[in-house]
Amino acid sequence: MNILVCIKQILDPEIPAREFRVDPAKREAERGNANLVTNIFCENALETALQFREALSETKISVLSFGASTAEDSLRKALAMKADAAALVINDKTSNPDPLTVTQVLAAAIRKLGSFDLIMVGREAGDWGAGQTAGLLAEELKMPCVSFVDRIEPMNGGLRLNRQTDSGSEVLEAQTPLVVSITNDEHNVPRIPKVRDVMMSYRQPLTQWTLADLGYQLEDDKYYQVVDLSIPQKESRCEFVTGDTLDERVESLAKRITEVTSLL
Amino acid sequence: MNDVVICLLSPAGFDRAAQGLAGAGRRLAEQLGSQLTAIVLSQQSPAIAQEVATVVDKVIVVVDGGEYQPEPALSALTETCRQLSPATVLLGNDTYSQEVTPRLAYRLGGAAVGDVVEITVHEQALRVARQVYGGKAQATIELKRTPAVLWTRSRSFAPANRLSEPGNITELSLEIPIDTRTKIVERKRESQSEQRLEEARVIVSGGRGIGGPEPFNDELKPLAELLGAQLAASRAACDAGWVPPTLQVGQTGKKVTPDLYLAIAITGASQHMAGISEAKNIAAINTDPDAPIFKHCRFGIVEDYRKVVPLLRQKLIAIQNSQT
Repeated sequence: MNILVCIKQILDPEIPAREFRVDPAKREAERGNANLVTNIFCENALETALQFREALSETKISVLSFGASTAEDSLRKALAMKADAAALVINDKTSNPDPLTVTQVLAAAIRKLGSFDLIMVGREAGDWGAGQTAGLLAEELKMPCVSFVDRIEPMNGGLRLNRQTDSGSEVLEAQTPLVVSITNDEHNVPRIPKVRDVMMSYRQPLTQWTLADLGYQLEDDKYYQVVDLSIPQKESRCEFVTGDTLDERVESLAKRITEVTSLL
Repeated sequence: MNDVVICLLSPAGFDRAAQGLAGAGRRLAEQLGSQLTAIVLSQQSPAIAQEVATVVDKVIVVVDGGEYQPEPALSALTETCRQLSPATVLLGNDTYSQEVTPRLAYRLGGAAVGDVVEITVHEQALRVARQVYGGKAQATIELKRTPAVLWTRSRSFAPANRLSEPGNITELSLEIPIDTRTKIVERKRESQSEQRLEEARVIVSGGRGIGGPEPFNDELKPLAELLGAQLAASRAACDAGWVPPTLQVGQTGKKVTPDLYLAIAITGASQHMAGISEAKNIAAINTDPDAPIFKHCRFGIVEDYRKVVPLLRQKLIAIQNSQT
């Protein structure tokens, strides 16, 4: 099985809200002191792929990213987690390409890399969170797609998938080739690479392409355009329930709850 | 054509989310001076078709046979939308709607946006608002292709008014090629009740500070039952395996819109707040007076939940008894 995992490097989503700033003119977040990290769902996807390879040994895992040159670090980390090959398409043009542009660039790189049986994408990224890459990539590559998958097992030449739904889960059987979007669950918590493997990963080959190498020309705002980005000021003043004793305070809490739920 | 189409894919029927979807569709159709059409896949008809007909101009029931399967459902929606050539296609925030939205946009030559909380018309162009950066910021996005295919946080839109005359219901039968490349072979329900979390009026939610699965069961669940509430949790509590992931509220979990969201031992990281930004009232029980959750609260108490919750249940029972 030939697996490709798409990886996005993003601004650390764990930075506290009080340190988060946006540049309204550029309509993007300011980096400030924040780290750049691999989007967690992409790491969940890689972990799912690594576990699949452990179940089916003749599996090759490649990782691909479209991003700034700093995204190399995310790919090196993926190699340290024991992905077999890595490729980066360097984006030196636009900081927030729209989902269709991302998809077309990834598809061009995928065609250049070869053919894949299974393409795995995180369900959404912790920055813009559009959540469209898996679906659009499936269309661009004319493959079927299953979303919110948290487990994949080999089955009679095909795949058996588990995915999360509103009310529980679903089991699917699928043929390859297939695109899946991966969500998190207790089984695909990403492994932590060894320090030695991280150091070694910088000696491994890593394919780097520019958009020109792929023959791709960026067009501005062909899908959608972000016209405003702002931080909502929505803080309300919390009324802390009062009373001399815990009993009185909880009684007052119970009354407030009863009021807003109009419970009888 | 300026028409607005809503697609009802959730097996939950004409619930508050579907009503919100119709409301969003109706207000947009009024601004565009156009018609509102609903597409219903046949596993839900005829009951839902008749209900939705009370608020839309036209209902198309696609006679496709069988429960939702990703590829055939997408083909059926694509074909039906092609026949209608709408300017805007609106979907809800259920799993199936989220899954088909970008693919439907691609097939129709349009553009998609997900998790939309506001839709406006700006100089002939459609603009939508959604949260980004884990709820830390809000973006306004202008669609550059037609149709705009949007999945919406539908319950946060007001429902549509009933029409004096219900809309026309027609059946459409399509030749959808058999596609067995993917097949749902088993559907498991894990949810605590028939009601979806997104539909809940009151939610009792627990976070990392709850400390384990037992207090969810022994403390929070009885409190939820007393309030007629649904139980929910933060990602930390779900990732720890204390409660199933179907209860997760937040950026990557459910986006909920209750009248009251009672956050117990939840710090209130922005990723969690992204799931409750449309809640009418937020209240919290937390030991840390500086927890970010209190910045979003209508009211709250700084105290260990282990002391508060048992007492709170007694007080609520007393209030309920005194009123009957």
